[in-house]
Amino acid sequence: MAPDLRETTAERRDPATVGGYAEPPERVGFFTDTSVCIGCKACEVACKEWNAVPEDGLTFTGMSYDNTAQLDANTWRHVAFVEQPRRLGRQEAQLAPTEVPVELRRSAGGRTAVSLGMPGSAPPDGHVDTVPGMDFRWLMSSDVCKHCTHAACLDVCPTGSLFRTEFGTVVVQEDICNGCGYCVPACPFGVIDKREDDGRVWKCTLCYDRLSVGQEPACAKSCPTDSIQFGELSELRARAAARVSDLHDAGVESARLYGADPHDGVGGAGAFFLLLDEPEVYGLPPDPVVTTRDLPAMWRRAGLVAAGLLAALVAVSLPGARR
Amino acid sequence: MRGLPIGSWPVWRQLTGPDRTGRAAAVKSRHSADLRARTADADRVVKSVCPYCAVGCAQNVYVRDEQVVQIEGDPDSPVSRGRLCPKGAASLQLTTDPRRLAKVRYRAPYATEWQDLDLDTAMEMIAERVIRTRRDTWQEEHEGTRVARTMGIASLGGATLDNEENYLIKKLFTALGVVQVENQARVCHSSTVIGLGTSFGRGGATTFMQDLQHADCIVIEGSNFAEAHPVGFQWVLAAKARGATVIHVDPRFTRTSALADLYVPIRAGTDVAFLGGIINHVLTEGKDFREYVLAYTNASTIVDERFRDTEDLDGLFSGFDPESHTYREESWQYEGVHLVSATGERDRQFEARVAAGHGLQDDAEGAAERNGHGAGREEKFGSGSAALDGQPRRDLTLSDPRCVYQILKRHFARYTPEMVERVCGIPPEVFAQVCRQLVDNSGPERTSEFVYAVGWTQHTDGSQFIRSASILQLLLGNIGRPGGGIQALRGHASIQGSTDIPTLFNLLPGYIPMPHAHKTQNLDDFILADAARKGFWANMRSYTVSLLKAWWGATATPENDFCFGYLPRLTGSHSHYDTVIEQMNGACKGYFLLGENPAVGSSNARMQRLGMAKLDWLVVRDLAMIESATWWKDGPEIASGELVTERIGTEVFVLPAAAHTEKDGSFTNTNRLLQWHHQAVEPADDRRSELWFMYHLGRIIRQKLAGSTDPKDRPILDLTWDYPTIGRTAEPDAEAVLAEINGWDADGRPLSTYTELADDGSTVCGCWIYCGVYQDGVNQAARRKPAEEQHWVSPEWAWAWPANRRLLYNRASARPDGQPWSERKKYVWWDADAGRWTGYDVPDFEPTKPPDYQPPEGARGVAALRGTDAFIMQADGLGWLYAPAGVLDGPMPTHYEPQDSPVDNPLYGQQRNPSRLLRPHEQNRYHPNGSQRGAQTFPYVVTTYRLTEHFTAGGMSRFTPYLAELQPEFFCEVSPELAAERGLVHCGWATIVTARNAIEARVLVTERIAPLRVDGRVVHQIGLPFHWGPNGYSRGDAANELTSISLDPNSHIQESKAFSADIRPGRRPRGPERVALVREYQRKAGITTATGTEV
Repeated sequence: MAPDLRETTAERRDPATVGGYAEPPERVGFFTDTSVCIGCKACEVACKEWNAVPEDGLTFTGMSYDNTAQLDANTWRHVAFVEQPRRLGRQEAQLAPTEVPVELRRSAGGRTAVSLGMPGSAPPDGHVDTVPGMDFRWLMSSDVCKHCTHAACLDVCPTGSLFRTEFGTVVVQEDICNGCGYCVPACPFGVIDKREDDGRVWKCTLCYDRLSVGQEPACAKSCPTDSIQFGELSELRARAAARVSDLHDAGVESARLYGADPHDGVGGAGAFFLLLDEPEVYGLPPDPVVTTRDLPAMWRRAGLVAAGLLAALVAVSLPGARR
Repeated sequence: MRGLPIGSWPVWRQLTGPDRTGRAAAVKSRHSADLRARTADADRVVKSVCPYCAVGCAQNVYVRDEQVVQIEGDPDSPVSRGRLCPKGAASLQLTTDPRRLAKVRYRAPYATEWQDLDLDTAMEMIAERVIRTRRDTWQEEHEGTRVARTMGIASLGGATLDNEENYLIKKLFTALGVVQVENQARVCHSSTVIGLGTSFGRGGATTFMQDLQHADCIVIEGSNFAEAHPVGFQWVLAAKARGATVIHVDPRFTRTSALADLYVPIRAGTDVAFLGGIINHVLTEGKDFREYVLAYTNASTIVDERFRDTEDLDGLFSGFDPESHTYREESWQYEGVHLVSATGERDRQFEARVAAGHGLQDDAEGAAERNGHGAGREEKFGSGSAALDGQPRRDLTLSDPRCVYQILKRHFARYTPEMVERVCGIPPEVFAQVCRQLVDNSGPERTSEFVYAVGWTQHTDGSQFIRSASILQLLLGNIGRPGGGIQALRGHASIQGSTDIPTLFNLLPGYIPMPHAHKTQNLDDFILADAARKGFWANMRSYTVSLLKAWWGATATPENDFCFGYLPRLTGSHSHYDTVIEQMNGACKGYFLLGENPAVGSSNARMQRLGMAKLDWLVVRDLAMIESATWWKDGPEIASGELVTERIGTEVFVLPAAAHTEKDGSFTNTNRLLQWHHQAVEPADDRRSELWFMYHLGRIIRQKLAGSTDPKDRPILDLTWDYPTIGRTAEPDAEAVLAEINGWDADGRPLSTYTELADDGSTVCGCWIYCGVYQDGVNQAARRKPAEEQHWVSPEWAWAWPANRRLLYNRASARPDGQPWSERKKYVWWDADAGRWTGYDVPDFEPTKPPDYQPPEGARGVAALRGTDAFIMQADGLGWLYAPAGVLDGPMPTHYEPQDSPVDNPLYGQQRNPSRLLRPHEQNRYHPNGSQRGAQTFPYVVTTYRLTEHFTAGGMSRFTPYLAELQPEFFCEVSPELAAERGLVHCGWATIVTARNAIEARVLVTERIAPLRVDGRVVHQIGLPFHWGPNGYSRGDAANELTSISLDPNSHIQESKAFSADIRPGRRPRGPERVALVREYQRKAGITTATGTEV
């Protein structure tokens, strides 16, 4: 049956409640603050250990330190590495330095950046201090299933394998999935993927089994710098907003949230991010839309057409009957 | 088939329940409903500690049905707060992977294949070989002096093992007369012991992990903190969140740089010039913390008038002997005083001090010729007076030209910002920012902290890198204060422990030196030569006698010098690299590898294998089939035809080791914190702990030797070796070993602290600095009071040496009068009303000695320390800006170029460290340097390092799929400019060549590696992670094929962090062509036996 998106968008109702859970627990999710990510990949390993996700083969990709390449059936957390030569006043990922004297902050902000000898910036044959400063960023970000408020994978699943849990998360039920694969193209983030030797689709469960016993997901628990934070979504959103404003105050103007807005194309993600650049830079779609967005209208139109056809048929056939 | 109630049908639930769209509650399957976390259903949760690096993250090990089902961080830990890095997170796979080594493997001499061997038989065979080799190679005397040892057996490894295991290794091997006992600390952090030990009195990090959060400025240099110690790095971010400035100085822009406020690129190996520049800035600008400097450092002490600086001698200090490439330290001394440093080569002064102590003329003529230098040579100098412990003259105005302050100022005067730029490639304005940040963030109200790792230690003058930081931190008043100090990040779970309870050739437990061979030497002379007259080292006799009592029990009596004669004697350097030479010479015939993989992890990996190919027998104990176990079958020299399997006579035993989850024991983390890990499950198959292996090996050897009347067997037969065993495998009780390490009194009661130790044989103590860890018979290392239930220092979490102090030298956190320097930085202070020191930590001072205490005339030992002598282990109670003894290559750091460098030393005519240790050998050729002919055959600078995803020589990561897939191949990092210059293609292959070997690596072109402008030319750097080898799941060439054996004279550490090389596109040649390529390079560069060996 076609979903009625108005149900949740208009009334902003909790997806678990919409899903028929009586008195569900608070919706939970991830806030991944990439400004403190050190790219250690503990999340990738902790996820694999907990969920017994198969090892994914040895591929040297040459994409900085990212040899996992993408989220797929055997990678439910993926750390992206982005090497960025760009002019900046300072390295970013600066937390609000409230105790730092203004002059110190000013001096740091206005420092002459270090040349890393990037092409076109500071050729090694030029004297580095005479070349306009060029700083360098190495962005790292741990990606994961977004656990969308409006999850197309869930909408298109014909078996009921993909389902909304009482925590508001979206989970594949491995005992139900028949490997039809409808969900794979439905995901606007390219998260969900079929495991070749197994036939079924797999993705992050937000450690559904751990949630039910009050334990946080394995990746968040492992994360050395608390870049991955787990908690109640409402609280995480408030925390993230405060963090962005702290970073802005500290001069990190590029900080922005991704997936935190309940008005976005997926009704807000259960797993959202603080990024330091445009989403595309991290390999994230800039304006994701639930791919089943137009389904209700399509169904309605199809219904109208069908009704019209029926009426026409009746109209055509009735006089004949009289004949 | 039994029908299910209709209520369980999803479609029924969908139609009748509120989930009309069938996307949630209605479609929840039985499986989903029944899911339960295996952590919730575990039979037990066992407290453990991560076995990888030395941060010491606490783990919870979940066990169900006697199987480990999950390993996670323990949130109670004040150090790690429940977090784990990818390696810690992969420790489940590490320990439970079915492919883990399970059975003994045996290779008979000249055999081409492995065969099975029963564990008991293997143990019998190994014991038999130890006895035979020991007997055949026994040296009662060496060149006329008694040594009572065997050079035929060596052992390597211990840093990944428990303290208790290290204790048994050192105890058994020493009793057998084996002196070549070494571990990873030699190749990783031995320079730390010298650098920090001579500066402050103890050779460990001065602070602890959580205290990083209180720093106002953190300089990370010589360390890739975020990558190598990710969980510890959370405290850097905590400091940053409080407003601290984080500076990263490194040849590469790393994951640490990515989170820093300021990244400073530096040419590898030039940190002394950089730090010297900051020292110069502080001194010339008068930015030192004067009150601190006057009270707590030796700035005002007057130095002997014979001292000549590098300023006067173009890069040499006075006392250099060009024949032996060594210094005579006599002219470096304080005026009229002869000191013994707290660490370092203390036994070197034996002849002089003993002669002087006896009031005799120097009778060292004919004393043992101690071959090699660095670890001892003929010592003839003396103070010329029996009054070794006079009061040094001081000038509190710091104006005397011979006071340390003025000497320091002159010494560093040429380390100007311009010089820093010429040497290091750091622009002056960036350098100025570092200086400003450090100076602005030091003083009564603020503190700065330095963090380093092996980027500083692994140089031919590595100890001096650490000395440089020590001097700077003393000048800025940052030692002993919260948010200050020097954080040494060590890289193995218990590498600190294996240094404290040393599986190191030159030390006994607690940094007591191993005795050198002397014409006559009894215990009294040994103590006389080495003990300080002031400070806690004055009690060295108590520490030594208690150790001898622990090892030889009732046999050790005052009449027989407490069996002091049972200790084998050193006659020079017997370090890891010297053992390799001994193996190649055929002198060393038996080798134990206890969790170390030298065929990948040690410098000149090829020489390591060639050495092993000359052995009679080799015992490898590990979790995986490492390269050091299989080189005879599939090593690079088999491929090149240099070795032929059928002609290798080495008998190889591979014994699978127990994992950390399978044994009880303690790890000492990088901040001297002993943390106990409990056995979760018994090891399966043939897997056994080192505790088991050493204990049963000793037991079998003792059985076989029982009844022997040979005097050389007395030390092993008289050894106390009766530990209770438990369980199916007869595992020795690790806590019983810990109890011995802690020690007990005459009534058998556990001791509480090392001040209770006596020198009359009434106390027993296996390692005096660990005394207190078993206080009241309670395993203090096993304490796990949650961090949330304590204040931030968390003194009730585990136990730290010394005496559970977490922040060392914390007397200096108070002003000389005992009051805090500031409210913001208060830590330990004098409570006048209570008449004692108090604060957040255990005072690192006599608890009731008032700040104004002045020692009476003639006071000795601890009583001779004043109320302001914050560095209580130092002979003069002071932090050493200038080291009058203990650092063999100079009382102050001096920049020298690395052994293999494409750059001339712009500072002095003297190019390299004049007293570096070299081991010229056909397989260990050095490069010409700088403007020497042929130097530009190797025009690039290589530095080696770790990645987060792997661990050391790879035995614990390359075989672990979840880690291997994250960094699947060996690669080299080069800049786009170098790639263009040499035609290297991203993701293609490159061959990197030195005079030692040629290797290949995938090419990763990255702007994170910056070409630097150094002294008018561009220097390109090449980054090589050193984790790979030809075995395992992820394979590749080993970076250490390229490195040479060229060593720091103090620590005998190799220079693997900076050396020159060439790089060319494409894969390396196969077979004999590989050797030919290296020969071709040698020829092109005109390399001879003498190249690089000049002073």
